[in-house]
Amino acid sequence: MRHHRTAIAALTALTLSLTACSSSDEDEDGQTLRVGAAASLTNSFEQIAEIFEAENRGVTVELQFAGSSDLAAQINGGADFDVFASANEPNMDKVADSIAGEPTIFATNTLTIVTEPGNPEDITSLADLADPDLAVVICAPQVPCGTATQTLTDQQDVTLTPASEESQVTDVLAKVSSGEADAGLVYVTDATGAGDDVTTVPADGADAVVNRYPIAMLTGAESEEAQAFIDLVTGTQGQRVLGDDGFQSP
Amino acid sequence: MRPPRWLWAPAAAAVLLVVVPIAGLVAQVQPAQLWPLLTSPASVDALLLSLRTAAATTVICLLLGTPLALLLARGRWPGQSVLRALVLVPLVLPPVVGGLALLYTFGRRGLIGQHLEAAGISISFSTTAVVLAQTFVAMPFLVLSLEGAVRGLGQRHEEVAATLGASPWRRLTRVTLPLVAPGLMSGCVLAFARALGEFGATLTFAGSAQGRTRTLPLEIYLQRETDPDAAVALALVLVVLATVIVGTVYARTIRPERVA
Repeated sequence: MRHHRTAIAALTALTLSLTACSSSDEDEDGQTLRVGAAASLTNSFEQIAEIFEAENRGVTVELQFAGSSDLAAQINGGADFDVFASANEPNMDKVADSIAGEPTIFATNTLTIVTEPGNPEDITSLADLADPDLAVVICAPQVPCGTATQTLTDQQDVTLTPASEESQVTDVLAKVSSGEADAGLVYVTDATGAGDDVTTVPADGADAVVNRYPIAMLTGAESEEAQAFIDLVTGTQGQRVLGDDGFQSP
Repeated sequence: MRPPRWLWAPAAAAVLLVVVPIAGLVAQVQPAQLWPLLTSPASVDALLLSLRTAAATTVICLLLGTPLALLLARGRWPGQSVLRALVLVPLVLPPVVGGLALLYTFGRRGLIGQHLEAAGISISFSTTAVVLAQTFVAMPFLVLSLEGAVRGLGQRHEEVAATLGASPWRRLTRVTLPLVAPGLMSGCVLAFARALGEFGATLTFAGSAQGRTRTLPLEIYLQRETDPDAAVALALVLVVLATVIVGTVYARTIRPERVA
């Protein structure tokens, strides 16, 4: 019997300590700024958060990266972010009721063709991807990079027969860099991040299909710190970091 | 013997933890929209592909997993426990790890895939890849169920058959297999259900193309991006299928297990 009591006490203690962890988000001496950001911003925002923390002693930036639509769903479900940075405008529109003021466009992204390292299939243009013998992987039209892909191929009058339509641009990249696919269409930033794992081939007309990244403060989270973070992202320093990762300035 | 009464509290919590989220999902379903969402070409393609691939997976699990389970339960050979552990590894692996493992084996640059590719056989992005992914994760369910059933059976009947002069093959087909039929059946159904729910390995290894590799779980994942209602409607189909399937297994197997 004593064993049971001990076990229950231990379980209760464990449960309490686990739940306690999640609710103690405030630092003793400072503040936590919660930022929900599109997965494609991971690298840039980690650097920007470091700069921010160095400039604002006592403020901890807690970054959460996920697909923009996941983050939008979380915000509509009551997740208490202070700042939301989306990879496209439709997902920012989904949370229109939860944001304070107008979102600011802070970066843009365009599509590019990626191939296996060294481009063994000698792909030089978007039209080359229409070859049905090639295994071409693109994003599904339901996700932002897929919408952009469809716009681009429509504009260029190219019909692709994709081997697979992925739900995430990173999955497209993974299938090309692992050699499963001959080529794929990803964002310039993904290609930049992949380095030597892929070869980048410019896609004709890609400049005309621009994906815009908005950032906004959430209602109830209006604070100097949140505004300072947005200012950093949109300012010179933030833009330099984003530029290094392949983003263009709006 | 009656278990201690206080077990009811944590047991009830356990049930709630499973049932309430499913109820939450069901509550989200809008009945009026259900039919058009479920009969869209993409949904129908995904459902049919899922049923087809899960059926193929079950047959493969049955053909390959049955001998393995029998050898694990009855054989005595070196490395048996190591092999047993290995076979069960997919149960605990994150599905995406399974997908990567398959990719580096059967993919175009993979261990075996590169030779298949040279021979003109490409598994990438094909329905075959889906079945491979599902088999990888579902096989342990059949092996585990059947091995447990065979072990639980004891050797008495087989020994009697042997003294009567039955050959090993005859003992297997006339004595052992008929006796473990419920275990075999539940193993098949669990493998089928697991195949139906497979997501990570398929996405990583097979990709997602409508009618070819985009199974029901992948379609749900994709629909959620633009049409959460459609995703919920499809999810409901999966929940109902899984409940019916798992329910059938337990209705069949609970009694024979008690006897053993």
